[in-house]
Amino acid sequence: MKHLISALVENKPGVLAHVAGMFAARAFNIDSLVVGRTEDPKLSRMTIVVVGDDRVVEQVRKQLAKVVPVVKVQDFVGQPIVARDLMLVSISAPPEKRPEIVSLIEMFKGKVVDIGQKTLMVEVSGPESKIEAFINACKPYGIKSVARTGTIAMPRQAKVES
Amino acid sequence: MKSKPCNSKSTVKAGAQIIVDTLIGEGVDTMFGYTGGVVLPLFDKLYDAPINFVVPRHEQGGCHMADAYARASGKVGVVVATSGPGACNLVTGLATAMMDSIPMVALTGQVRTELIGNDAFQEADTTGITRPVTKYNCIVKDVKDLARTIREAFHIASTGRQGPVLIDIPVDVAVAKFSADGPVEIDLPGYRVRTKGHARQISMAAKAINKSKQPVLYVGGGVISANASEELRALAEKAHLPVTMTLLGLGSYDQRKAESLDMLGMHGSAYANYAVQECDLLIAVGARFDDRVTGKVATFAPKAKVIHIDIDPASISKNVNVDIPVVGGAKEILSELVKEVEYEERKNWFDKIAQWKKKFPFRYDQDSQTIKPQYVVDEVCRQTKSEAIITTGVGQNQMWAAQFYKFTRPRQLISSGGLGTMGYGLPAAIGAQVAKPDATVVDIDGDHSFNMTMTELATAVEHNLPIKVCILNNGYMGMVRQWQELFYGKRYSKSYLSNPDYAAVARALGAVGITVDKKEDVPKAVKKMLAEKKPCVVDFRVEREENVWPMVPAGKSLNEMDGLDILERLI
Repeated sequence: MKHLISALVENKPGVLAHVAGMFAARAFNIDSLVVGRTEDPKLSRMTIVVVGDDRVVEQVRKQLAKVVPVVKVQDFVGQPIVARDLMLVSISAPPEKRPEIVSLIEMFKGKVVDIGQKTLMVEVSGPESKIEAFINACKPYGIKSVARTGTIAMPRQAKVES
Repeated sequence: MKSKPCNSKSTVKAGAQIIVDTLIGEGVDTMFGYTGGVVLPLFDKLYDAPINFVVPRHEQGGCHMADAYARASGKVGVVVATSGPGACNLVTGLATAMMDSIPMVALTGQVRTELIGNDAFQEADTTGITRPVTKYNCIVKDVKDLARTIREAFHIASTGRQGPVLIDIPVDVAVAKFSADGPVEIDLPGYRVRTKGHARQISMAAKAINKSKQPVLYVGGGVISANASEELRALAEKAHLPVTMTLLGLGSYDQRKAESLDMLGMHGSAYANYAVQECDLLIAVGARFDDRVTGKVATFAPKAKVIHIDIDPASISKNVNVDIPVVGGAKEILSELVKEVEYEERKNWFDKIAQWKKKFPFRYDQDSQTIKPQYVVDEVCRQTKSEAIITTGVGQNQMWAAQFYKFTRPRQLISSGGLGTMGYGLPAAIGAQVAKPDATVVDIDGDHSFNMTMTELATAVEHNLPIKVCILNNGYMGMVRQWQELFYGKRYSKSYLSNPDYAAVARALGAVGITVDKKEDVPKAVKKMLAEKKPCVVDFRVEREENVWPMVPAGKSLNEMDGLDILERLI
């Protein structure tokens, strides 16, 4: 099962190496790992997608919390969250196929960000399932290359009671 | 020109002076280490610092000395090495300390900041190399961070689940000047330690203990790190619980007491292993369910509910599912727990244990014509009245030391448990003797373990340390040979070397050397060794193909021990 783990870490050199090294040393499999700044310049957020049973993920969470520059660890499993991936994809698009491809892009609320002689570069964001669905839909035209950010996530806030 | 005194009012100091002053501020009065190019500024400041400094013959030896110093004293061990090869030579020692959760601070020199990454002379990516073998490490690139980082290193090393911390210091940072007055506060937002146990969990544990008919306390090195032996004794006595210990836990509970089941695990006592397999409640304290302890995990303590008291939340349910976890310090939790437990006689359980104890004690052939290695340990135990500090190599020598020396107090056995580092015994004896100058320190070693670090004998001689080394010399890597005998059709592939005359080596290095090849000479050789004021090496030519029994073969359950028939025949 896939777990989304969010870790607040100190924003200083070597932190990524500490975290990545721990994952490698303990033979945990990472699906994706995203690091970025937060609202606090002293902290970065790592969003890590780990595959494993509950026991493995529990170990991941605990071992991650043990890494000295890791400040806070949350496992989002079972929580309402918003999770998003961003993808740039270059699709083989000869002029006669372009209208069809563009309508596909619109269906996925994607954006054409570069037009080449034989290709279109498209930006798509959304939950991972949407990204995967877009890739599958584009496959018949020919995918030249894909660049993905990996998942970032945030828990949803409690709804206002009426 | 003399360096400025440590209590100088001058506000501007070189990085190297800040290092020395911060170490002294942390209470360091003893260090181990080896000099070299990029640590010259630091060693210059150490020249007239009030610190007892021991220079090993190899950085690995220095690292083991600092580790054993920590184990014997309970203080943080400190080791220094230069960049590149110096730092690389610390790796085995750091990994040894990491696996056994020993508080250490290692300081390494690094090439100048602007050369880092250029493959400079004696450059190595020290933080990269040592990251997996330290609790934490970092490089200090700005002299203003130096004092704080060193203080943080001591805090991290000595709290929570203890461990080694390495700080890499480029030479330009050691030379740079900085105005370093005023207190330096540590700043570790990601490092929190919980020592107090959850009250409800403790109550649940107490209820389970009070209800249990067949409980066993399973105690590891965590109790010794936490200085919680008194609390352990109080709990075992008040609730009336049998106590078994891991290799690193030995000494936490007096083995002369009736409740002691001695060591458990692969070469543990049959009575401890049977008790664990039969118990209805296993109370683990500061132990981590290592594979050498559990045997086959799936069938480990199959009837037991498991309580696990540990400072490290990640140890809980890592290998074995835990029913009642209590995260926190052993000392704090045990002292709370003892208030809530009640005395229970558990006569049937203790009778059963007494029967196992009677039937399967640790034994060896006392009528043998040759010197049995166990006999040497037995004799050392007898003559030192169970009071010596024992260090060990790794392998058969280590297991016989654990089986036949009866430990009575914490910090008495100093052995590389988790990593199993051959060559640990001699430098460990030196570190322990430096920590406890008045104690009798005996290294029970194997010939091949001793071969790995015997150069450190020169260090012991130089510092007039009256350490004793008992080499159980069987001419083999004994434990490897035992496995080859049992599992590889006696094909003794590369498991023996030609050994030197150890007594002559000892004498050449300025120590006392004795060779013993007759059984009847053992007692007087031990007596002479114990009376020596100089380092003394005794080369006991023991039975060559003696095996360690009992033995739980890899992948078997604890109750499936081999060798019990052999032990029974010895009655």
